Amino acid sequence: MTAAIQAQPDERVAKKGLTDRLVVRPEIGALLGAVLVFVFFSVVTGQFLSPLGVATWLDDSSTLGIMAVVVALLMVGGEFDLSAGVMTASTSLVTAILATQAGWNVWLALLASLVFALGVGAFNGWLVMKTGLPSFIVTLGSFLALQGLNLGVTRLVTNTVQVSGMRSTSGYESAGGLFASTFSIGGTEFQSSIVWWIVVTAIAAWLLVRTRFGNWIFAVGGSQVSARSVGVPVVRTKILLFMGTALGAWLVGSINILRFASVQANQGIGLEFQYIIAAVIGGCLLTGGFGSAVGAAIGALIFGMARQGIVFAQWNSDWFMLFLGVMLLAAVLVNNAFRRRAERVRR
Amino acid sequence: MSLLEVKDIGKTYGSVIALRDVSTVVNAGEVTCVLGDNGAGKSTLIKILAGVHQHDRGEFLVEGEPVKFASPREALDRGIATVYQDLAVVPLMSVWRNFFLGSEPTTKFGMLDRKKGRETTKKALSDMGIDLRDVEQPVGTLSGGERQCVAIARAVYFGAKVLILDEPTAALGVKQAGVVLKYVAQARDRGLGVVLITHNPHHAYPVADRFLLLKRGAPLGSYEKKDIDINELTRQMAGGAELEALKHELRQVEKA
Repeated sequence: MTAAIQAQPDERVAKKGLTDRLVVRPEIGALLGAVLVFVFFSVVTGQFLSPLGVATWLDDSSTLGIMAVVVALLMVGGEFDLSAGVMTASTSLVTAILATQAGWNVWLALLASLVFALGVGAFNGWLVMKTGLPSFIVTLGSFLALQGLNLGVTRLVTNTVQVSGMRSTSGYESAGGLFASTFSIGGTEFQSSIVWWIVVTAIAAWLLVRTRFGNWIFAVGGSQVSARSVGVPVVRTKILLFMGTALGAWLVGSINILRFASVQANQGIGLEFQYIIAAVIGGCLLTGGFGSAVGAAIGALIFGMARQGIVFAQWNSDWFMLFLGVMLLAAVLVNNAFRRRAERVRR
Repeated sequence: MSLLEVKDIGKTYGSVIALRDVSTVVNAGEVTCVLGDNGAGKSTLIKILAGVHQHDRGEFLVEGEPVKFASPREALDRGIATVYQDLAVVPLMSVWRNFFLGSEPTTKFGMLDRKKGRETTKKALSDMGIDLRDVEQPVGTLSGGERQCVAIARAVYFGAKVLILDEPTAALGVKQAGVVLKYVAQARDRGLGVVLITHNPHHAYPVADRFLLLKRGAPLGSYEKKDIDINELTRQMAGGAELEALKHELRQVEKA
């Protein structure tokens, strides 16, 4: 066998057309959906395409998108993290309490909440791997525990259910410059969370398809036993994935607290399902082993466009849930069809 | 010196004795065949060899050195590769990603070398005589026999000295089973020591050099190929009275 032979494409494989190559991409359904939603609201409301309108729905998509992407990585790895939503509030609260009540420098408080987040993520992962229980139930536990902790500790420290007063803390301006500033394009202010969203998506997409670790993510989600038997460090990979979602939650929590300067103790509850929904719309299989970071980002974009589009069109926001349900069902049907195609066995 | 040797090896799970007093050897360029019915202890034995479980009695020697593997990775690092019946590959991943899983080729910064991965996979497979159309297709689209072959080629490529095959022909049709056995023979001819687990003496006999028969966790017999013919092997496996039932069954098959 010579190199010349391998360089030649196999004659039995017809040159794949663009459509053939696109159909097998996990994010294609989401992309079509996004175009559809975009065109629809552009036609229905004038505000949607205005610079301010674009800035609004991009802003709405961005923090959701950051989380959708990290949750997508975890889902490709075959696990769920229901504590991801409430973690965004927990990290905000840790930062805010340390900065306002204990008088820490904001940067130091951010570092402390980062350590806290990674600790919770590692604990989630360790518990799931140690017990072999479904991550759904384990992280449901940590979700409830964190929710209680958020409220309990906040009330204990401040006697209210919110922490505010971030603006007067030391280091608020500089940290805010990194996490929650705005930038101007053509006179319209855009939130820097949009940049974070794009950066996180790019890193995650690169990690997933271009690195060894990405290969392991697919493997542990696709078939954990096979992965282990060929020497993939399954436990380490999964714990790192849980720490990854916690890291994302820390980033979003930091963006929120530095932007709004206060945080409600009950924030973030219910968001975990939005992350999962965005990831599934973006092509992630609920059973793991298949999905895309870019897809999840597009899923979040659909979310943001639809939520703000409905506001611009001055419809009742109740319709958003109907839209979401239809979108989710459509995405799951498309995903399911694909998986059957990919797993089809020719005997 | 043998590549692998087990001496009076045993394993208990709680009060269940899964395996006891089993001894055999695996030499380079030879096939050691482990035969036995369901529950005979075949799986326990290979799981010990593969590093999934640890033996609690007897001795396990790799190239003369006593070992006790803590994980499959350790066994792999000593050149012992295992191909499991249905767990050989990750169905949703492409052929080349499966081929390199756990030992991915990287450029600097830990980036995957995808070009090298694809080309090496294609070449390694064609060296084993496996001709795939497209290494980017998901392994799930391959037939059962092809999947086994990809896993075997992978083990051979990554320099395995010992190849453990868990029922590679169990779920396959006659023709597919023949193809897989051909690759087993090819791996053997390349100088690998092969451990072939099966409950089909007709698959075992043509390729094996040595037979280890297990029953209810204990050795029933251990033979060199020259000391036993296929009829005797079948008779031993079925055992006395059960053989009559088998003959009856075979007659019915012949009639049909």
